[in-house]
Amino acid sequence: MMTPSDGPLLVVDDLHTVFHTPRGEVRAVDGVSFQVAAGETLGLVGESGSGKSVLGRTVMGLIATGPATTVSGQVLLDGRDVHALKPGQRRQLWGPEIGMVFQDPMTSLNPVKRVGTHLTETLRRHLHCSRKEATERAVDLLNQVGIPEPVRRLTQYPHELSGGMRQRVVIATALACDPRLLIADEPTTALDVTVQKQILDLLASLVSERTMAMILISHDLGAVAGRTDRVQVMYAGRTVEAGPTRTVFDSPDHPYTDALLASIPQLSDQPHTVLRTIEGNPPDMTRPPRGCRFGPRCGRADDTCTDLMPALVAVPDGPARQVACHHPLLSIESLEPNAPLTEAGHGR
Amino acid sequence: MLAPEPVRRRDGRTSLALAGAAILVAGLGLAGWAFTTDVVVTFVRMVLLAAGILLAITGLGRLFRGLLGRKVDVVFWLGMAWLVLVLGAALCAPLLPLGNHDDSVAGLTEPIFARPDLGSSHPFGTNNYGLDVLSRAVYGARTSILVALLAVLIGTVVGGLVGMVSGFVRGTTDRVVGILSNALLAVPPLILLIALGSVLEPSVRSIAFALSLLTIPSMVRLARANTITVAEREFVLAARALGAGRVRLLRREVLPNVVLPVLSLAVVMISVLVVAEASLSFLGIGIEQPEPTWGNMIAEGQSGVMEKHPFIVVVPGVCLFLTVFSFNLLGEKAQKRWDPRSAKL
Ligand SMILES: Nc1ncnc2c1ncn2[C@@H]1O[C@H](COP(=O)(O)OP(=O)(O)O)[C@@H](O)[C@H]1O
Ligand code: SF4
Ligand SMILES: [Mg+2]
Repeated sequence: MMTPSDGPLLVVDDLHTVFHTPRGEVRAVDGVSFQVAAGETLGLVGESGSGKSVLGRTVMGLIATGPATTVSGQVLLDGRDVHALKPGQRRQLWGPEIGMVFQDPMTSLNPVKRVGTHLTETLRRHLHCSRKEATERAVDLLNQVGIPEPVRRLTQYPHELSGGMRQRVVIATALACDPRLLIADEPTTALDVTVQKQILDLLASLVSERTMAMILISHDLGAVAGRTDRVQVMYAGRTVEAGPTRTVFDSPDHPYTDALLASIPQLSDQPHTVLRTIEGNPPDMTRPPRGCRFGPRCGRADDTCTDLMPALVAVPDGPARQVACHHPLLSIESLEPNAPLTEAGHGR
Repeated sequence: MLAPEPVRRRDGRTSLALAGAAILVAGLGLAGWAFTTDVVVTFVRMVLLAAGILLAITGLGRLFRGLLGRKVDVVFWLGMAWLVLVLGAALCAPLLPLGNHDDSVAGLTEPIFARPDLGSSHPFGTNNYGLDVLSRAVYGARTSILVALLAVLIGTVVGGLVGMVSGFVRGTTDRVVGILSNALLAVPPLILLIALGSVLEPSVRSIAFALSLLTIPSMVRLARANTITVAEREFVLAARALGAGRVRLLRREVLPNVVLPVLSLAVVMISVLVVAEASLSFLGIGIEQPEPTWGNMIAEGQSGVMEKHPFIVVVPGVCLFLTVFSFNLLGEKAQKRWDPRSAKL
């Protein structure tokens, strides 16, 4: 199964996921491309509703296609086209090749199944090992995700654990079969702030120990900063900016990225500083605006923006930087003090 | 000011228990007298009996509240006691020292329409054929409850499975199942039963099969609705993302979450089916004489028998009433506890 190949582990090429709803077409993912190499972490960020979850599920092949849902474009895992596989073959990927961690550990564990059963069922199904071996591995896994007294936990039900512990269990199940790619969809959004950092650090350390690739999905740029190699910013189903996390955060090129960064509370802020938020709402996905989808909320928008959808192109702002904007905030510009357009991009 | 409080409450509880015991004894006395006396007419006896029973239940409630210091659902526990008694008797009927329940030839040597006399060998009297009414009530329980349980079992397994699969796979299967179960619901149950009764031979098995048709559509609906809510929950997607196939998802993720609401409906269904079976036998299209069921025992009271010998109808009638009532209490409790809307697992 583990045929080593020279190319990246995951190649996503011009992926579209369209829901045909009674209210109209929802282009939840609208032409997204990216690559993830083994051992690399990619952050997918954007406001809620920007299509991150649908993208994650489409990459995994979990979206059931049919008359109501169409997927086009390619997802190549190790050279294999995930969507061209037969359903049975695709299922073989889930667990040993790709694992997924969901947002809410309250709901992603079966309330009537013991913690141990969640783990051993998966282990026995994929690794065909005995009950005893599976239990040993389960204890080992719980240890690895930092759960104290793992043997006792095996017989507990999810509701007996705290939110953070539950998410650790979810992570342990996702890692049970040693997947090569982990997709974590807002793994900390439902957790207390203090627990969030622990879980994110746990994920980061597990990924680096196993040289596993990870896609970390979050609406919170703070979660992605420092824990991902590259970041891809999504808006209304499209990529608006992509690049190495550090440089993107240091000098965002897209007005939306810039606004998102400005809305992160800073430790250096005075207490009770009013948080800056981006004005307006994400577009109604059944009727996206003409031209640039961020146009109605963008301070830099002009006629070109309303007429023409900007393409994602490489910018000379740094190595591997890409942006989809007619008037990006290139470093040259952002060096100008009080540039009026930058100000507008930050929102008020 | 605060210190003497517990003592006072303690006293309050003792007197509550004493009063309860007194009311209980009075109630039982009244009921017992009404049950055995000849002094007043039947109607008045019935009223006094009911009053005595109510009084006894009230007394029992106070007694327990006084003794345990908290409210006890006396009616519920009496119902459960009745169910244990009836199910136990029905289960052990062949082992019990009961009279003749269905051998009308042997009954020829016995008095007919013997009056109930708790001290005699026919405590609840005999019927038209000299058969022992107590024994018939116990064997009747056996048949009535067996039929109802069998029917509920078939209905729950078939209806539950069909509903689960249909709610899980949706699509065409779901639409077909929906049409079929709605069609079955659209036929008035009694007409369906009479139609089936005229086709099927009146054995326990075929009556149970016919009655199960009454339960299937509502079981399908309940199982389907619960499956749809469970299937949307994230843990099902999470299990799918770990490579679980459809059968496994149904068996390991959906089923354990659907089984409790389905079971609680099943308990309610038992009481409905006990009544349905009684109606069929009463109409003469269910289990046939001389094999007793509560329904055909009640039917023996037709054409003037009941007026002269009320116990012929009262014994099976009370059994039927108490059993249905008790199963309803149990079903209600189960639904309150296990209904998905109130369940917070
Ligand atoms: N099954 C579906 N049918 C129709 N629309 C959907 C479906 N799933 C998601 N969407 C829509 O797709 C868009 C993206 O959703 P999602 O990926 O969940 O956003 P995010 O995870 O970024 O918050 C939303 O507008 C949502 O309403
Ligand atoms: S400047 Fe124009 S193209 Fe760039 S984000 Fe704003 S509206 Fe879109
Ligand atoms: Mg999401």
